[in-house]
Amino acid sequence: MDQLSILLPAILNGVTTGAVYALVALGLTLIYGVLHIINFAHGSLLMVALYGVYFLYALFGIDPYLAFPIIVPLMFALGYGLQRYVIGRAGHGKDENIMLVTLGLSIIIENLALFFWTSNTRTINTSYGFSTVDFGVAFIAVPKVVAFVGAVIIAGLLWLVMQRTDLGKAIRALAKEPRGAQLVGISAPHVYAMSFGIGIACLGAAACLLLPSYYASPQIGHAFVLIAFTIVVLGGMGSFGGALLGGLIIGVTESLGGLFLGESLGKIGIFLIFIAVLLLRPTGLFGQRA
Amino acid sequence: MMRAGVAIVIVLAALLPAPWLLHSDFWLNFAIMALYYGFLGQAWNILGGFGGQFSFGHAAFFGTGAYTSAVLQLRLGVDPWLCLVFAGILGGAVGALVGALSFRYGLRGSYFALVTLAFAEVFRILADSVEFTGAGVGLQVPLRQSAANFQFPDKAGFYFVILGLTALGLAIAWWLENSRLGARLVAVRENEDAARALGVNVFRTKVIAITLSGALMGLGGTFYVQYFLYIDPTIAYGPAVSVSALLVPIVGGLGTVFGPLLGAFALQWVNQFAQLAMGNAIGLNLVLYGVILVLMIMYMPNGLFGLARVSARRLVRRPA
Amino acid sequence: MMLDVQDVSLSFGGLQAVADVTFSIGEGEIVALIGPNGAGKTTLFSLISGFLHPDAGRIRFDGRDITDREPHEIAALGLVRTFQITQPFAHLTVAENIAVGAHLRLRSRSDALRQAAMVAERVGLAGRLDQPAESLTVAGRKRLELARALATGPRLLLLDEVMAGLNPREIDEIVPIIRAIRDGGVTVLLTEHVMRAVMQLSDRALVLNDGRLIAEGAPRAIAEDPRVIEAYLGAGAARRIREEPAHA
Repeated sequence: MDQLSILLPAILNGVTTGAVYALVALGLTLIYGVLHIINFAHGSLLMVALYGVYFLYALFGIDPYLAFPIIVPLMFALGYGLQRYVIGRAGHGKDENIMLVTLGLSIIIENLALFFWTSNTRTINTSYGFSTVDFGVAFIAVPKVVAFVGAVIIAGLLWLVMQRTDLGKAIRALAKEPRGAQLVGISAPHVYAMSFGIGIACLGAAACLLLPSYYASPQIGHAFVLIAFTIVVLGGMGSFGGALLGGLIIGVTESLGGLFLGESLGKIGIFLIFIAVLLLRPTGLFGQRA
Repeated sequence: MMRAGVAIVIVLAALLPAPWLLHSDFWLNFAIMALYYGFLGQAWNILGGFGGQFSFGHAAFFGTGAYTSAVLQLRLGVDPWLCLVFAGILGGAVGALVGALSFRYGLRGSYFALVTLAFAEVFRILADSVEFTGAGVGLQVPLRQSAANFQFPDKAGFYFVILGLTALGLAIAWWLENSRLGARLVAVRENEDAARALGVNVFRTKVIAITLSGALMGLGGTFYVQYFLYIDPTIAYGPAVSVSALLVPIVGGLGTVFGPLLGAFALQWVNQFAQLAMGNAIGLNLVLYGVILVLMIMYMPNGLFGLARVSARRLVRRPA
Repeated sequence: MMLDVQDVSLSFGGLQAVADVTFSIGEGEIVALIGPNGAGKTTLFSLISGFLHPDAGRIRFDGRDITDREPHEIAALGLVRTFQITQPFAHLTVAENIAVGAHLRLRSRSDALRQAAMVAERVGLAGRLDQPAESLTVAGRKRLELARALATGPRLLLLDEVMAGLNPREIDEIVPIIRAIRDGGVTVLLTEHVMRAVMQLSDRALVLNDGRLIAEGAPRAIAEDPRVIEAYLGAGAARRIREEPAHA
């Protein structure tokens, strides 16, 4: 019985963290599913979003949850611009080139952040930061609960956009059959950039949900990149459901890993899963292509 | 074939008298760091340039070599020069492991890059958590300067060591350009299925390449430990080494003999300029590296050497 | 028999690509494998050369069972294929391309390059040794495919639509080259759509349709076989052609 009272909170915490990880992964899997590129800059862009949320709070007193309408469009614009004017241009269409360009971008972003904002971690103290919600079996911090609910809602919105709007249809068409889509008038550079933008906008949303219970620092992107990739590969490249399920699995793995092996060593579980999935089942749980 | 060999000898001969020509420690250090990064680039170039398999986690091999060297010296009192050998062996072994796993399952392109990233991170976490490697604090090698102890009181000693390693790298690159293994490696890079159809064992070729690459990175790790006398998980297994190793050949010219050397010297100049212009601001020179990487991919994917080759070809083209 | 294919079948998901194919090829023959598009010819080539493995059946080369072997092992045994869509080593020169093939039997770089030059001579690429492969025309690339495979010193050569994309003059140039290859001691199995080449070159023809072998025999006889005509032109075509009044 004692075991359970330690395990259950860890699992519930893992689930809430996992939901936010899933949101990060959703953006990544969308970008891969449509553009077929592996965005190595994903983590550093999340980091930029986190700093954005932080500064809105620190400088203007805007609560992270209220920062959505500012951060999300800004991140969208950033993503759109990057794909349209940098990545799309530099890639020359080749896989290796695009990899290197996104890697280069991540280096630039991370180190600019290091230069401008130093390596001090930034945290915020909100009024509800320390409140908890009683779930009977465990007390879970309010920010984490909000993060979970928020992530699920946003994932749902994303799904609606992809399935019900014209943009969503254009994106899916372009992903499935680029030539055909362009022949019916879909502008590839524009729609690709929109897709990338949406993927990065997800990071903006994730940052708003994440900061109250987390922190911002220049190196944070690095840790998130691998976690996000693990989730996307586990769930299956291009699969939304896979990203959600994968996020939850990884969140719980991290939590339990931390419980049994300690904070730093605990993270190893994630990467070992990552390597195992890449080697044994690269299509992941729900993915289509290897 | 012979022309390239002669060029290598000339270049090495030109580099040899540097300690006597460069009168300041500052410039000698510049040369040492340029050759050091050139060597790491040569290592990466074997798998990435000649083999076409882009690894983003080459630090995994470097760090293993560095820690092997440090741990053997500190905990077992092994002679530092012997540590060099062990570091190379272990670096190669880790390379073989990563390669055997990745290539057996057919990982290519971005997936391969991702898995190397993951391996490097796993090693970093392990090094960070285990007392054996000094955990987060890292390991410091005590200062005991003597040539026999692989710690030279005057920089010239280090210069000659790194020059020797550079010669090794150049020799291997020359060998790749003139051997059956090299021809097969390049064929694998260009088109795996076509290579298979011509009798090339693609898996074995790739594993040999990554093992060789890892071994050289391991040697580089040892050099780092001896030169700086300190290693920690971030230095050993962090992204900085992985990025430097790949940036150098990309700038200089992938899959060429002299590319990494050119790239390393060019980047070292950029580094110098950045420090002069922007002071010792942390992170800013890496920003410059990132910008250079993106610009190179956009406008000069063949690197500096590729550019030189194209111009040379234009000059030498015979009239129709 | 140099090559023995027995009851080989392969399906992809629900699609039966190759079904119960059985045939043999004797040493020194030039055999043509023909059939409409989608009949399974390239799939059969991939099965024989080890790029695919059959669900059922066995493939024997020189008496050795090669059904489950890897492509590079099969190539080392002397069975080498070319690709329908040419697969040059784009950034390497013609000489370097062919040398990769030569390296199967030759260890030394200079030997391989020398062999490459000789093979290039045989297929008419001698003047282009230092050109990058990606700068070749379609005809050039086809010859390069051929040269690379030839350089490995094969006993059986599988040529996958080596004439596709060639104009009549280029076809006329390549036919004697292939004949000379056979005369030099190499057995050839080729798939082709260009009937003229099939008639001129092959001793025997095998007809594949919907994954099955429907006819086998001398090229002229095959061309008049009603089953073959129907495979290409549709059911009833043979009868319609026979019943058509002769034009004045």
